[in-house]
Amino acid sequence: MQLYSCSLDGTIKLWDFTDGILIKTFLVGYKLLAFYTLAGSEDSVFIIIPKKIEDFLDWFQLVSVKLPKTPDQEVEAKELSLILDDIGQSPKCTAFGREGEYVASVRGLHLLVYFFKKKKVNRFPLSATSRKGANNYFTCVACHPKEDCIASGHKDGKIRLWRNFNHKREYTFSTLHWHHDVVMDLAFSVEGTSLLSGGVESVLVQWRDGSDYRKEFLPRLGSTIEHISASPDGTFYCTSHTENKITIIHSNLSVSAVIQGLVKGSDVKTGLVVDPRTKALVLNGKPGHLQFYCLQTDKQLYNLDIVQQEYIHQIGLNQVDLVKAAFSAQGNWLATVEQREEKETELELQMKLWNYDEQTQSFTLNTRINMPHEDHVTALCFRDTDELEDGTPILVTAGNDGRFKVWVLVNDSDSEKQSMGWSCDFVGSYHNYPATNCCFSEDGSLLAVSFEETVTVWNSDTWDLICTFCHPPGRIQNLCFGRLSCSKYLLGTTDNGFLCCWNLLTCALEWSAQLNVMVLQPDPLSENIAAVSRLLEGSDLFVFKPNEPRPFYIQRNVCRERVQWAVFIPRDVPDSTGSEKHQWLSRSQLYFLTETQDLLTFSTKSAEERLTPSSKQLAVEESLPMTPFSLLLGKHRHQQRSKENADLDTAVVQSHLPQDSPAIKELLHTPAHVLPSASFLCSIFINSMLISKENKSAGEVVDEVEMDSEKAEDESDEDLELTEMEQDINPTEFLGEITETKLSKYQEKQLRKIRRRDYSWVAAL
Amino acid sequence: MASYKPVVVQSFPKLGEKITQDTLYWKNYKTPVQIKEFGAVNKIDFSPIPPHNYAVTASSRIHIYGRYSQEPIKTFSRFKDAAYCATYRDDGKLLVAGSEEGVVRLFDINGRAALRQYDGHTKAVHVVDFLSDKYRIVSGADDYTSKLWDIPSATEIVSYSEHMDYVRCGCTSKLNTDLFVTGSYDHTVKVFDVRTEKSVMTVEHGQPVESVLLFPSGGLLVSAGGRYVKIWDILKGGQLLVSLKNHHKTVTCLCLSSSGQRLLSGSLDRHVKVYSTASYKVVHSFDYAASILSLALAPEDETIVVGMTNGVLNVKNRKHEESKERLPKKKRPGYRTFVKGRNYMPKQEDFFVSKPVRSHLKKYDKLLKSFQVTKALDVVLEARNRTPEITVAVMQELNRRGTLQNALAGRDETQLSVLLAFLIRYVVEPRFAPMLIKVAEMIIDIYLPVVGQSAVIDKQFLRLQEIIEKEIDYQTELLEVLGMMDALFATMTKKKATSLEENKTNGILRVLEQATSN
Repeated sequence: MQLYSCSLDGTIKLWDFTDGILIKTFLVGYKLLAFYTLAGSEDSVFIIIPKKIEDFLDWFQLVSVKLPKTPDQEVEAKELSLILDDIGQSPKCTAFGREGEYVASVRGLHLLVYFFKKKKVNRFPLSATSRKGANNYFTCVACHPKEDCIASGHKDGKIRLWRNFNHKREYTFSTLHWHHDVVMDLAFSVEGTSLLSGGVESVLVQWRDGSDYRKEFLPRLGSTIEHISASPDGTFYCTSHTENKITIIHSNLSVSAVIQGLVKGSDVKTGLVVDPRTKALVLNGKPGHLQFYCLQTDKQLYNLDIVQQEYIHQIGLNQVDLVKAAFSAQGNWLATVEQREEKETELELQMKLWNYDEQTQSFTLNTRINMPHEDHVTALCFRDTDELEDGTPILVTAGNDGRFKVWVLVNDSDSEKQSMGWSCDFVGSYHNYPATNCCFSEDGSLLAVSFEETVTVWNSDTWDLICTFCHPPGRIQNLCFGRLSCSKYLLGTTDNGFLCCWNLLTCALEWSAQLNVMVLQPDPLSENIAAVSRLLEGSDLFVFKPNEPRPFYIQRNVCRERVQWAVFIPRDVPDSTGSEKHQWLSRSQLYFLTETQDLLTFSTKSAEERLTPSSKQLAVEESLPMTPFSLLLGKHRHQQRSKENADLDTAVVQSHLPQDSPAIKELLHTPAHVLPSASFLCSIFINSMLISKENKSAGEVVDEVEMDSEKAEDESDEDLELTEMEQDINPTEFLGEITETKLSKYQEKQLRKIRRRDYSWVAAL
Repeated sequence: MASYKPVVVQSFPKLGEKITQDTLYWKNYKTPVQIKEFGAVNKIDFSPIPPHNYAVTASSRIHIYGRYSQEPIKTFSRFKDAAYCATYRDDGKLLVAGSEEGVVRLFDINGRAALRQYDGHTKAVHVVDFLSDKYRIVSGADDYTSKLWDIPSATEIVSYSEHMDYVRCGCTSKLNTDLFVTGSYDHTVKVFDVRTEKSVMTVEHGQPVESVLLFPSGGLLVSAGGRYVKIWDILKGGQLLVSLKNHHKTVTCLCLSSSGQRLLSGSLDRHVKVYSTASYKVVHSFDYAASILSLALAPEDETIVVGMTNGVLNVKNRKHEESKERLPKKKRPGYRTFVKGRNYMPKQEDFFVSKPVRSHLKKYDKLLKSFQVTKALDVVLEARNRTPEITVAVMQELNRRGTLQNALAGRDETQLSVLLAFLIRYVVEPRFAPMLIKVAEMIIDIYLPVVGQSAVIDKQFLRLQEIIEKEIDYQTELLEVLGMMDALFATMTKKKATSLEENKTNGILRVLEQATSN
């Protein structure tokens, strides 16, 4: 089983896809936009390339490439022959016909058919529009596997079945029309008895025998169907969707499996929220849904339907947006706000409160509030009632209508039935300025609400206004209270580039800094607060404590795009292995989402470590036969490398738990008769067992900050990108280099000391 | 795959009183029977023994009515002036009544003339009652005294003159043969033990006492006077337990339900309130046509009789669920047919194929599922307007789908007239208004070119216009009222109430809106 892949860098690669080994690389030298192979001709493949290398004009060609049969790993394939000129760039716009006799390609209003035997091109034009307002532009094409029949999809949702196209004039076509919008992709089943089509409607339509009457549907597939393909044995169909999903469908049109990653929907309006129960990341998922996404396993846990309405897949329709979501401290309550904006004046708002049902292990709708505010809801937060379990939960919403409202859970049960519902307890306002943010202090005694340029602080028991802060003029964009020992501070950022910290005891401005903060995110488990600022280009991360205006961690240029949201996700087990520099990441991990919907995180682990569980190298190693020779060789290499940069290696090993260090694993798992002598193994073994106490005392740190960027559209861990980032201002980096030699000496001394001990038990292993 | 999600029909919280067990219980009476008496009805008393006839004292007569009779069974009319407080003895054989001339008369139920006559009061006797030993009578009069009489000998046993004003109400303890309570216009309620010379307890009601009542347990005393109903704990020495102020005029009469769980109070404000004796909250309320003077409940709450100032006696009898005549059962397939195969336990080697649960969709949902928007709208409009929520929900759904215009367009006269009738009926209802105004706008836009072709439609359009104009007027008036109230609150409130005020005004506005829209 071999697999070809082509890419924009102009290479065609041949893979053994069961083992994941790269077999061959062919260099073509053009941007490859599409790639086709034919069963008949093994040695040549077809590709779509732009006409000129440099010019990226709208001019593409279908060419065939002869792949030279040389044993080399890298081969240049320069033998190109033009087949069709001026065609569509999308792979969907070209299809090869029955047994490779012809190739059909569509572009604009033309269908081109090239017959390989006759070396003749037939061109079939369509008029741009018809009387009925049809839009005849071609979008995709598919060829019948057994007959001379071409199916083409059009912009207005029509499908045309072309026959008899080897005649220039006497061709015929029949029309199938069900889709109301663009036909995104077409595919014939293996025998050609049925045609599959899909589009924006997210309905897979199966047309039997090319007849308009015999069609079957598989509706509600979730989102727009992008690609359709049929398996060669005819048992399965597969559709890929815009929301980062692949659906595998039985040929009787029943869904067999769904492969779903992090739903990359439209704008993430809810921000990043952490579900306190599952520690899952919660954000907008499918339209009208909240997705619960497990970061550890890169899997979607489940989707919670918030809007509970039939989603109509139609472009340009005003859909209900889920704009806000918040969890109570224990995760018993979830508040969501959805809105639908028809025109400027017509706003439909709905706030829903969901209760976690222990029995069904899911959220059930408790209260629905229509129009909680007269204008957009800008913020909502729960009061954390950690200490008193029975304290009634309190929710505060802030709205552009100049009010903030306090909602409480009230018991409106009567003699017959027990029922709890939320109702408004208090409405507050401040000179009718729009309320922009709200947050509770850690102990829940204070509520801070920002109105335009003013921050107001309210007593959460009596709902009295305690004090107001309005130091630097500027709209307040973010607001948060300090935590733990810094709970007397209130932080706010303004849109004109100030970060202010007020002392709540003195009611005065403690410090302020000029920083264009986009996102301000406090760590729930420590005093640390992360601020992401944006200058002209690139976002910078600052981590600081409110009592100290100087940040203790700065990371310039965390990403090029604007950071939209950030969140600290508490770790299950505090990570104690991180160096001093990454101490702030020990209890929770910072994730942030950029404008382009990339989800990034800070990792304390080194690149190697990150790679080992997921990389393909591992798969390769495992698939290789384990000969004694390879083992020996591998060990030798390993030893050499460890000698070369001992300190780096120990740093890596140090963060491992000793049990899973590769050296020990090998020692324990290789049969005794193939093991080299104990003295040979000893140094490796000792090295791996070393607890790098001296590393820390010497202040040696790994200076790269590894950031694994989990592209949101990426599905699984194999697509993990790894970017290493050099830190531009880091004095310890040089320090590390200087101390390198000294350290190894020190280590040697240590080693010698250890060697003197009795290691007879090693032999016993 | 996800199935079709039906249209969400918004449920709105029910305004007004909630339906509770109490409302169901107290509403379960037949339409009242009105009986015209000669004067204001000052006392109604039920006979303790079946068939539970009741004596009604009005003007100078005492009428005895049977439970379902609208004509008096018997009349005692040997009074020169007004008679007061005709009360049955526990065995239902004797009846005692006071009178304006100061004489207490004792009647045999079957006789006509008075058996005994007790003279001694110098002024009108407004309250009489039997002590529970059956042999003594208590009376209270406008001469500020209350006296105890021996029935057989017609002699006065003891006289108390502790009250400083008219004694207008009283009652005797059912448990203790020597205890009775009187309430007076001097704002006090006094408890007397006939074995002592003086009252044993005095509680200060604060208003002229119109009615007193002892709980069957004897531990609690209820007094009514002014707008207040007060509950006193006798065992704690007359401590005020709770003070109820639910009437806006003087409370004139009190009554306990037969279970003792509910307390009823009638007032000049024409309401009867039912309180729970556990929470002392009003659980139900009756409205009457005139000010209420007297009130009585038959045993087992079978009948509520209310006497009013205009002399009308209002009798409500409890409805009884007549077990409906069972229709002869149709021959149906036996039980075995239905359980056939259902109680089969799958064996180990069996494949279990679960049958998918079919979700039943409403008709409009089925139509919406297949995108037949006009038909869906027709279906919900046809529903005889009993569920406007559903109609509006479907309109909202169509609007969300962007096909509302299509669904509204292309209607003939009858179809459009149904639609307009719906609009006329519900357009001003606050919960539907936003959507229906939009629909109205669309209809006007769509059918503007054809206006004037049909008289029916034109008429409906005019009616719609009229309703909307009226509503606009209401709203302006409301805003004016709100402005006035805001000004009032602004002058009243101190610094603290700045934010509370908004809450209040909002609430009032909402109430007013409801009031006008309903």
